[in-house]
Amino acid sequence: MMRKASAFNLAAVTLGLAFLYLPIAVLVIYSFNASRLVAAWGGWSTRWYAALAADAPLLEAASTSIRLALVAATSATMLGTLAALALTRVTRFRGRAMFAAMIYAPLLMPEVVTGLAMLLLFIAAAVDRGFWTIAIAHTTMAMGLVAVIVQTRLIAFDATLEEAAMDLGASPATTFRTVTLPLIAPAIAAGWMLAFALSLDDLVIASFTTGPSATTLPIRIYSEVRLGVNPEMNAVSSIMIGVVGLAVIAASLLTKFRPTGRISRL
Amino acid sequence: MNSVPPQQRRAWPEKLAVRIPYVWLLVFFVLPLAMLLRISLSQPARAQPPYAPVFDLTAGWHGITTFFDGLSLDNYRLLGSDPLYLVALLKSVQIAAFATLLLLLIGYPIAYGITRMPRRARAVLIALVMVPLWTAPLIRTYAWMSILRPDGSLNWLLLTLHIVATPPLWLTTDAAIYIGIVYSHLPLMVLPLYATLQKIDERLIEAAADLGCPRWRIFWQVTLPLSAPGVLAGALLCFIPAVGEFIVPDLLGSLQTPMIGQIIWNAFFANVDWPAAAAVAAALFAFLVAPLAIFLHQTMRAVERAR
Repeated sequence: MMRKASAFNLAAVTLGLAFLYLPIAVLVIYSFNASRLVAAWGGWSTRWYAALAADAPLLEAASTSIRLALVAATSATMLGTLAALALTRVTRFRGRAMFAAMIYAPLLMPEVVTGLAMLLLFIAAAVDRGFWTIAIAHTTMAMGLVAVIVQTRLIAFDATLEEAAMDLGASPATTFRTVTLPLIAPAIAAGWMLAFALSLDDLVIASFTTGPSATTLPIRIYSEVRLGVNPEMNAVSSIMIGVVGLAVIAASLLTKFRPTGRISRL
Repeated sequence: MNSVPPQQRRAWPEKLAVRIPYVWLLVFFVLPLAMLLRISLSQPARAQPPYAPVFDLTAGWHGITTFFDGLSLDNYRLLGSDPLYLVALLKSVQIAAFATLLLLLIGYPIAYGITRMPRRARAVLIALVMVPLWTAPLIRTYAWMSILRPDGSLNWLLLTLHIVATPPLWLTTDAAIYIGIVYSHLPLMVLPLYATLQKIDERLIEAAADLGCPRWRIFWQVTLPLSAPGVLAGALLCFIPAVGEFIVPDLLGSLQTPMIGQIIWNAFFANVDWPAAAAVAAALFAFLVAPLAIFLHQTMRAVERAR
């Protein structure tokens, strides 16, 4: 019934994936280059990874970034899950369209605009900028992402399961705890991981909203790479790609291969 | 016993589910944008803090009148008088538009190709397309820095295959910006295209084929029109952030003809001219309101239909 893939289809998909992965592969391979010269291949070596361990400012930035991503992902997951519940289960409330727009817009706006705007707020509020102001900015960005993921799950599973629980006498709180939450838990976990990745990866928003006290890993990497290609930065980039890659694969396994609870699929 | 309609079950947890994220977004997203618009209208004041007083509700009526007295279009006049800003905005829109077109031409065959694969392979392939999106934009762009260097991998490949005789210059050219933008936005183009293409009823295409329609015409008159929502979503999803792109032009492009994102960044970090940075950012925001509204409208309609 379904038409088979033509040679053109296969070529498009293969070339597309090659285009997406080759630059990353080159970066990772060159992180194992023994030579300091970026253009010349000097044999395999892990010296740049060893150099990372001795780079105190870089380790400090990495620790800041990880703590930041943990805080931002957790708060974004809580706020984003609430927002998804509000959008799917609370059918009518005032300003619903505005609410939905506010959730999606931060994901789409150029980061220079959002970053600068948030900075102006923090300045006007006269707060010390640093770890917590970046955490607030990242939470605002990432909660929309979590909301979208959890919302997809809430739409996908059968709402009559919740109604059945309530008809059988469960209170809304019990229904939420025993029916809704277990069904959306994989999406919440996936949302948390992607929010973590978003926070760990961000350069622009963090640059605008930080102060002298907090330097994140991307800010540190940026200050190095704008001067040129540098094998130590290849090594730290490869580690970041590995960490984020694992989180994303885990997140997609969580959202793809779990039952949605629809009666028709049982 | 009839089930209670959902509207009547609303209790305080539901109110909180709405109000907590709502208030958060009002304070940390809408208010900052309002302040951006406000400060872009203020005089460039070199004093600390380096801008005129903002809307100060604690000062009561006086605060409100000060707010309106301080409004000034001087910063926008600056935008009009200095061709640098206009040139940068035009260049950014042009690059974003052309890059979006390239993304469509590259992303469509990929998305279409994935829909032709066996069912089990499709989920894996689309996940593979999405993974690079989650690696840092900084790292993805940095990866291209070493490839596009004069002695980088691309020129090595071109020289080895005898495609060129002398190594061409890539970095600091617009070609490098296009490569960087296309590379970083490709997953955002493929995903919505794939989502709509996958939903097209196979029987429509079979019917057209049975009636003797040639393949190119099936594509042109059946597949492409049916995938229009995906084309629009993908185009907006790529175009909107691309106009304000900073990392790609900063690392791969030239400083002589900056994009608008670089102007905002430099006005803020290099020149510490807050009102100018805010005015350029506000102008960029104003320019993007229409495409943003179209995208949000489409997305919300799609979500409401699914709900």
